[in-house]
Amino acid sequence: MRRFFTVALLIMRKDLRVETRSRELFLTTLFFSVSTVLVFAFGFVRDGRPVENAVAGILWIAIAFAGTLALGRTFERERYHDVLRALLLAPVDRPAIYVGKLLGILALLAAVEVVIVPLVALLFQAPLFRQPILTFLLLSLGTLGFSAVGTLFGAMLVRARSRDVLLPVLLYPITIPVIIAGVRGIAVLLQPEVDVAMARAWIGMLVFFDVVFITLSLWTFEPVMTE
Amino acid sequence: MASSLHQIPTTQECSDFNRVVFVDVSKYFGRRRALAHVSLECGTGEILGFLGGNGAGKSTLLALAGTILAPSSGEIRYGAESVREPGPALRANIGLLSHDFQLYPELTARENLEFFAALYGLDQVRDRSHEALRSAGLLSRGDDFVGGFSRGMKQRVALERTLLHAPRLVLLDEPFAGLDEGSSSALVERLQVLKSEGRIIFLATHDFEVAELVLDRAMLLRAGRLLPLSRAGESLRARYRDSMQRELKPRRLE
Amino acid sequence: MMHRMFSVVIVIATIFFVCAPVFIAWAPYESTMGLVQKIFYFHVPSWAAMFVAAFVCGIASAVFLFRGRLISDRIAVASAELVVVFGLIGLVSGPLWARKAWGVWWQWDARLTMALVLWMIFIAYLLLREYGGPGSEKLAAGVALFGMANVPFVYWSVNVWRTVHPTTNVVPTLVPGMRGPLWWSLVGFLLLYVLAMMARVRLETQRAALERIYRELDD
Repeated sequence: MRRFFTVALLIMRKDLRVETRSRELFLTTLFFSVSTVLVFAFGFVRDGRPVENAVAGILWIAIAFAGTLALGRTFERERYHDVLRALLLAPVDRPAIYVGKLLGILALLAAVEVVIVPLVALLFQAPLFRQPILTFLLLSLGTLGFSAVGTLFGAMLVRARSRDVLLPVLLYPITIPVIIAGVRGIAVLLQPEVDVAMARAWIGMLVFFDVVFITLSLWTFEPVMTE
Repeated sequence: MASSLHQIPTTQECSDFNRVVFVDVSKYFGRRRALAHVSLECGTGEILGFLGGNGAGKSTLLALAGTILAPSSGEIRYGAESVREPGPALRANIGLLSHDFQLYPELTARENLEFFAALYGLDQVRDRSHEALRSAGLLSRGDDFVGGFSRGMKQRVALERTLLHAPRLVLLDEPFAGLDEGSSSALVERLQVLKSEGRIIFLATHDFEVAELVLDRAMLLRAGRLLPLSRAGESLRARYRDSMQRELKPRRLE
Repeated sequence: MMHRMFSVVIVIATIFFVCAPVFIAWAPYESTMGLVQKIFYFHVPSWAAMFVAAFVCGIASAVFLFRGRLISDRIAVASAELVVVFGLIGLVSGPLWARKAWGVWWQWDARLTMALVLWMIFIAYLLLREYGGPGSEKLAAGVALFGMANVPFVYWSVNVWRTVHPTTNVVPTLVPGMRGPLWWSLVGFLLLYVLAMMARVRLETQRAALERIYRELDD
C-alpha cells in the first residue's frame, strides 16, 4: 500500500520536474484559458457588460477546454518517447501509474486555476470569494472529477488513431455531471442571496462522482492499457 | 559494493524463473500480422538471437516476452507456469531495451537513472545510478539533459537503465545499432558477463558480425514467422542469405 | 439452430407489428391531444428498447473488459448500434409529438436530458470503434462502462437543476384502454431489438471467422 503511493508520488514528482523545466504546458494552458474566457465573455455581452449568470459557465468551460488541451499534450509527451511503456514495464502496480499521472495533471490545473479564478472575478466583478471554502471545494472536486476521467481516457488513447479529436469526443459527454454541478454550484454562490444548502448539495454530488469514477478508473486502468 | 549492487533487489518479491517458453504464440494488430505461430525456448546463460529485416516481427516478439503486449493466441511461460496476468513480481525480473530508448529528454541522465531505480524499488538509488553512469562511460555527462545526447549515448544510458534491477530476462532490441567500435566491444563483454551470471538474453539485431561473436543460437524471422536457419555457409551472414534465398525461391519459379 | 430461432422470432415480430396498428387505432383518444398522442405507442417503446440496449451493452462491455470473451464484444457493439438507432427514433418522435401537443420542441427535464446524454455517449463509443484504429474494442468497452456509471449522475444533476425552475409534466396519465396497446407495442419493439441483435451478432461472428481465415491464409 505504501509502495503504491510512493510510486504515484514518484511519477508525479517526475512529471512536475519535467514541467518546471520547460514550463510549456503551464504557460500554453494558462494563455489558452485566458483567451477562452475572453472569447466567451465577448460572446455573452449585453449592454456592453457580460451577463452575470454566464460567469460560472465561462469559468468551467475555460477549465474544461484547458484541461483537455493539457491532457492531450501530457500524453503526447509520453507517446513521443514511448516512456509510458517503460512505466508499464516496471514492477509496480499499474493503477499507481494512473494515480501518479492524475496528481500531475491536478497540480497543473490547480496552478492554472489559481490565476484564472481571480482573473474571472476581476473581469466580471463576480464575488467568487464570498464563500471561499465552498468555492474552493467546488473547484477542486470538480477539477478532480474531470481530471480523473480525463487521465484515464488520455492514457487509453495513447496508442489509438485520431486521438486528438477522440479525447474531447469521449471526455465531454462523460463529464457532463461535473460541469453541471460545478456551474450550478458556483452560480448559486454568486447570487445576491447565496444558497449555501444548494452549494453543499452539489459538493455532495461531486464527492460521490469523484469516488465512483476514480474507483472505476483504478479498476479499468490495467485491462484497458494492456494491448 | 559492486557485487551487492548486482543482487536481485529484496525490497519486493520477485518470481524467479529459469526458462522462457513461447508456445504457438501469434500476435495480430487488427488485420496486420505481426507474429504467427512462434514457438521457442530459452534457458539461463543463453543468448538467443533474432535476425530479420525491418517489420519482421522482432520488436513485437521482444515486447511479448516483456509482457508489454499480450499474445492474440498461444501462451508464454516463464519457468514452469504460464502467466495469465503478468504482475509486478514477474516484471521485476524483466528488462527491455527498446528502439525508442524510453528516456525522458527533459531530465538529465542521472535523474533518469535515479527515477527508474526508485521506480523499480531499489535501494541506494544514488549509488546505483552513479555506478550505472560509470558503466556507460558517461560520468562526465551525468548532469546533462538526455535530450541533447547523441544516439549512441542515449543507447548506453538506456542499456544501463534496462540492467539497473539486474533482471533475469534481458531483452535487447538492436543494441548494437549506432555504437562505435569501442562501445560495441564493451557491450559484447558486458553480454558475456551477463551470460555468465545466468541471465536469459534475447537479442534482436541486424549486425551479423557482432552477432556471430555473441550469440549462442539464432532464429530467423520473416513476416512474423520463424524460418529455419540454414546450415550452409561459413558465417552467419552467409547462412542468413541462404535461408532467405530458399524462402524466396518457390515464388520465383512460379 | 440459429436459423430456426431467427425465423421464429421474425414470425412473432411480424405478427406484432401487423396487429399493432389495429390495436393502436382501437385505443381510446386522449382527451386533450387527440390523434397526435398515438405517436406515444412508438415513442415510449423506442426509449424502452434504447435503455435495454444500453444496459446490455454496459454488461457485455464489462464482461469483455474483465474476462476477455470475444462474444461479449460482439454483443456490445451490436447493442451500441441499436442504442443509437432506437434513440434516434425516440429523439425524432419526441419533439414531433411535443411540438403538436404542447407547443415546445424540447424540454430540459431529467429524463430527456439523461436519454440525450446516453445517446451521445454511445455515438462516441461508435466513433471510437470506427476511428480509433486496432485495439479500440477494449477502449470502447471502457467508455461504455463509464457511460453506464454516468447515468444516475446525469439524472440526479438535471433533476436538481430543474426543480429550481418548475417544468410542465410531459407524461400523460394512462387511461386504462391505453395500457393494452402500449404493452403490445412495447413487446413488439423489444422483439425488434432481439431480432436486430441476432442478425448483427451473427454478422459480427462471421466477420471474425473471415478474419481468422484471412490471417491464416497470408503466408
